[in-house]
Amino acid sequence: MSAALEALLQHPGIWRGNELSHVALPGIPSGFAELDCELPGGGWPRGALTEILYDHEGIGEVSLLTPALAKLSGETAWIVFVNPAYLPYAPALAGFGIDLSRIVLIRTRSSEESMWAMEQALRSGSCAAVLGFMPYCNERGLRRMQAAAEAGKCLGVYFAHSDHALHASPAALRVKLTPQKQTTLVQVIKRRGGSRAPTLNLSLHHALAVSQFSGTSAGSVPARVVFA
Amino acid sequence: MAVSAAYALAGNLTVLARNEKREAAALEKIAMWAGQFTPMISIARPSALLLEIQGCIKLFGGFEKLLGKVKAGLEELGYTPNLALAPTPTGTLLLAKSGLELYAVNDETFQNHLHRLSIDVLGDDEAAIEPLRRIGIHTLGDCLRLPRDGLARRFGQELLDEIDRALGKLPDPRKPFVAPEEFASTLELPYPVPDLESLLFAIKRMICELGGFLASRNAGVMKLALQFGHEDHSATKASLGLSVPSRDTQHLLALLRERLSTVTLPDRVVSVTLSAEETAQLAPRNFSLFGDKEGEKESRFALVERLCARLGENAVSGLQLYPDHRPELAWRESEPGTEAIAIETPVRPVWLLHKPRTLAVDGDSPVLNGPLMLLSGPERIESGWWDGFDIARDYFIAASSEGAKYWIYRERRDNPSWYLHGIFA
Repeated sequence: MSAALEALLQHPGIWRGNELSHVALPGIPSGFAELDCELPGGGWPRGALTEILYDHEGIGEVSLLTPALAKLSGETAWIVFVNPAYLPYAPALAGFGIDLSRIVLIRTRSSEESMWAMEQALRSGSCAAVLGFMPYCNERGLRRMQAAAEAGKCLGVYFAHSDHALHASPAALRVKLTPQKQTTLVQVIKRRGGSRAPTLNLSLHHALAVSQFSGTSAGSVPARVVFA
Repeated sequence: MAVSAAYALAGNLTVLARNEKREAAALEKIAMWAGQFTPMISIARPSALLLEIQGCIKLFGGFEKLLGKVKAGLEELGYTPNLALAPTPTGTLLLAKSGLELYAVNDETFQNHLHRLSIDVLGDDEAAIEPLRRIGIHTLGDCLRLPRDGLARRFGQELLDEIDRALGKLPDPRKPFVAPEEFASTLELPYPVPDLESLLFAIKRMICELGGFLASRNAGVMKLALQFGHEDHSATKASLGLSVPSRDTQHLLALLRERLSTVTLPDRVVSVTLSAEETAQLAPRNFSLFGDKEGEKESRFALVERLCARLGENAVSGLQLYPDHRPELAWRESEPGTEAIAIETPVRPVWLLHKPRTLAVDGDSPVLNGPLMLLSGPERIESGWWDGFDIARDYFIAASSEGAKYWIYRERRDNPSWYLHGIFA
């Protein structure tokens, strides 16, 4: 095919049936190569809302993002946590390579405040990523978040229970996590362009990989002792 | 004329009582605001302000630009100014009283303008001018053609002195206005206001005054305090803190709007007081060759300020590491943007529980949604004997039957029970 035709087909307004959308902003590499292949733009979508759906805590739902957050913390822009149920643990975040001087933790008293805070942060243009943990908001609220993320060119991530996979959502990317014994099933249930994505089997607890061993009983010799 | 005569001429007239105290206070506020243009200001009661601008013309790029800024600023404050420019203070006052925008940059123009002014601008009241009018004198030029000693004898020495001061023949010392050290402005509202939207209009004017005051000191405000007076209620107070000193009126107004959206007014508001509780010098802006990084930094913190204004100062924080082996103390809240310190830590969970949660046990093993399998550990942490919060715990990484990974520990002293402390999200 001629070079001119190829160049024309790269235009973002043209979509060929078997391929992923071209996106205006390059995606942020997730750190998981198999996942990046399935994402338009080669990574997490910048300037759009991503939904992460899960039903158990502790299956790597945030660790899925930490390599991208570590990369984003190189920019002088905030990484915002809006109303998480637990405390984002600074030593863990630092261990992932995230620069703590970028972190902003917001605690709100109502879901209106959470939504307002998330929208303000997304729209401001001074945030690299905004992670929202709030009760599922309706489609109108999510649409506003999506528009705000576009305006602020921010990576917006919204964590919700996997029951909401059944509802329609304006988010540009929806990822559902299902735990397995050692790994987690990561299924991209919505993405811009492209056919149905295969379900990936990823080991999300990458930080634990080093220290994991097959099992130990409660009374064995301590592996690491600290007296201070 | 008497009020009754006025009503006879125009039946639907609105008459407002004159409040000279308020006028004087307003004049002082304008003088404070005008400090951003020149340090030499003098108040000429009842309704005029003198600004000596010879030294400042070059800074503002010419007298027309300077006067344009002054006019625009005064209109923003809600006043309608009559501006004039002349070589002498009294001369300026006379030109301004005429109501025509007369700018006399050099002596020749000044003499021209002065000679053509109507004698209405002279003196304080009609009684002094009436005799002059009766003998056919209508302009200052006519006045100046009369013999000087005759003028003084028939119409009073003060009249002659005023004209001499205007022409620069007599010295005209003026009392300089000294701005107060701190900014505090009170606005008495003409009628009680029930809601905040209308108040924002009044607050905008006060913020403009504050902007001028800060500009004259090259400072920005770090903490603002607002007080709303009520008729039958004690005053409602609200304060706003900024992380970066600012005198940008738009920015301050936006922050105040957010802050005030959380304030409930118990009663209608009759007065508003704005005071700057904490100010700081603004660092001079360095324009770099390669793009404005300072601007980026300011807008980052503008977001934090906006969030704090609406949600409260305690709702927004950053995170910092802290050198302590006890997990709940290995971190601290900090101001967002504080430089991170590096401390080596072993693997830690993404979420830490605010308080460790007791786990049920099945025999000797902990249980959480099914039996937990210990994957790694124990990591023994015994620390803190010196400040009363001493712990002796064995930490493990455990996996539930569903595949979720938790950070749990077993108390080594007292009752050896199991607790959940973190979640590897």
